Formats: sequence, structure tokens, C-alpha cells
Amino acid sequence: MLVLLFFGKSFGFSSNLRTICAACGAGKTVKLFDFDWRSQIWNLLFLVGAIIGGFIASEFLSNGEAVQISQATIQDLSALGISAPEGMQPEEIFSLENAFSLKGFLILLLGGFAVGFGARYAGGCTSGHAISGISNLQLPSLIAVIGFFIGGLFTTWILMPLIFNE
Amino acid sequence: MSKSEAISWFRIQEMFRFQSFHMYGIIGTAVVLGIIITYVIKKYKLRDYQGNPIVFTPKEMSVSRYLIGGIIFGLGWALTGACPGPMFVNIGFQYWSILIAVVGALAGTYMYGVIKDRLPR
Repeated sequence: MLVLLFFGKSFGFSSNLRTICAACGAGKTVKLFDFDWRSQIWNLLFLVGAIIGGFIASEFLSNGEAVQISQATIQDLSALGISAPEGMQPEEIFSLENAFSLKGFLILLLGGFAVGFGARYAGGCTSGHAISGISNLQLPSLIAVIGFFIGGLFTTWILMPLIFNE
Repeated sequence: MSKSEAISWFRIQEMFRFQSFHMYGIIGTAVVLGIIITYVIKKYKLRDYQGNPIVFTPKEMSVSRYLIGGIIFGLGWALTGACPGPMFVNIGFQYWSILIAVVGALAGTYMYGVIKDRLPR
């Protein structure tokens, strides 16, 4: 229930990225960001809530256990040089040491870039399309979700072996 | 979200490898609940806390926009294991390196704003 309430609050998350761009003054040069970002302040509060929620969950609710993913996934990932989970995220990508190597930095930066760009282009992210959109039986959302999977499967099966198996 | 581990890179990988029902269960549950909630709101014409009717704006129809945008999003999603919401939950989890992805996402959003009119819709 707690989880679902949390999900309920995250609907339409990617629009916050646009709001932050606007708040930083991007509206002066680019039309997309020329709107009253203060009208989005409630949505931004959810973002702050997500950060606080993450903090509370990691400090007080989590027992520090590793994510229990399936054996098949562990095997596939180890073939790519990524060790079995010790926490929520793989050390090979998220440890500060690796994140600031050229490769790790580019993975996170370009991956983030694609997420930000794609989310605006498609008009929504996982919460907006897959959950809110399909709930409202919207065909565009279904198309977008199919797109999410085409992209995701391409990265998983084609790009990742190239990136991690040098 | 964090309790369900939807913020974990490992879970996203597992999903794209079709090796566990975990993520599909979470998304499926949310969708089923969402359909019920949306239906109830429409049927009883519920109002929000300010007394305004809740309206669902249908999205503009376009195949290329949603498909291409979706594919780009998916490429990044599988790589960073984070869509916009979980990115911020991860900050709370003190995975500071996710900030690089957040900066990337902001740059991507900005870039979209710049070249928007030149993209196929």
C-alpha cells in the first residue's frame, strides 16, 4: 500500500525535468521552457518527497540486503563483468570510483541524456505513459511503451555486450 | 517505490531479460489500479480538492513521435536503470553518482527544447 501511494505521487515525473530547466532560466532562450514554472511547484514537491522518501527508506526501512534477482540474470550479468548485487545498484557503474572513470561517466551521462530527451519527445516516462496513460486506455501511451521496450531491449542485448565486453 | 526495488538497476536488467515477473507485477498492479481509479473518477465525475472536475486530456495522436521518443528513452532506461522518478529516489539513497545521470537528463530535456521544431512528429 505504501508502495502504491508512492507510485501515485510520482505520476508525470519527467515533466519536473522541464520545470527545472525553466526555473534555471532556460525560458529566455528556448520556447519550451517559457512558462510559469511556479505553477508546477506541487509537482516539484513530489520530487523533493521522492528524495526524502529514498533517504528514509535507505536509512530506516532497508536492511541493507541485496536485491534478490533471478539466478539467470546474475549469470548473464557476470558474463558482462558485473558482479551479483550487494545493494540496490551495481558497483561497476555506481561506485564513485567507476562513475568518474571516463567510461562510467559517459554511461551515466549519455544514458541520462537519452532518458531526458526521449521522455520529452515521447511526452512522458514510465509513470506517465506505462501507468497513467495505459490506465486511461490511451493508444499513444501504448505506442510509447512499445518504444520503451524496443530501446531497452536494444541496449540490453546489443549495446551492453559491446560496452562491457571490451 | 524503493521497497519494491523498482529503483534498482538490477531489476530493470532482469525485466529486459524477461527473467522475472517482478517488474511486470509492479507495473501491472499499478495499471490495473489505475484503470479502476480512472474509471471511478470518470463515472462519478469526481472533483479535485479545489472543486474542479478532474479531466483526462487525451494525448495527441502520432505514431512516430511516441515510437522514436520511446525508443530513445528505452535506450537510456536500460543503460542507467533509472527513469526520471527513481533517479531522484536514488539521490535519497545516497547513490551520488546518479547525479551524473540527472545532469544528463536535464541536458537531454534542454536539447529537446532547442531542436523540437526540427524533429518529426
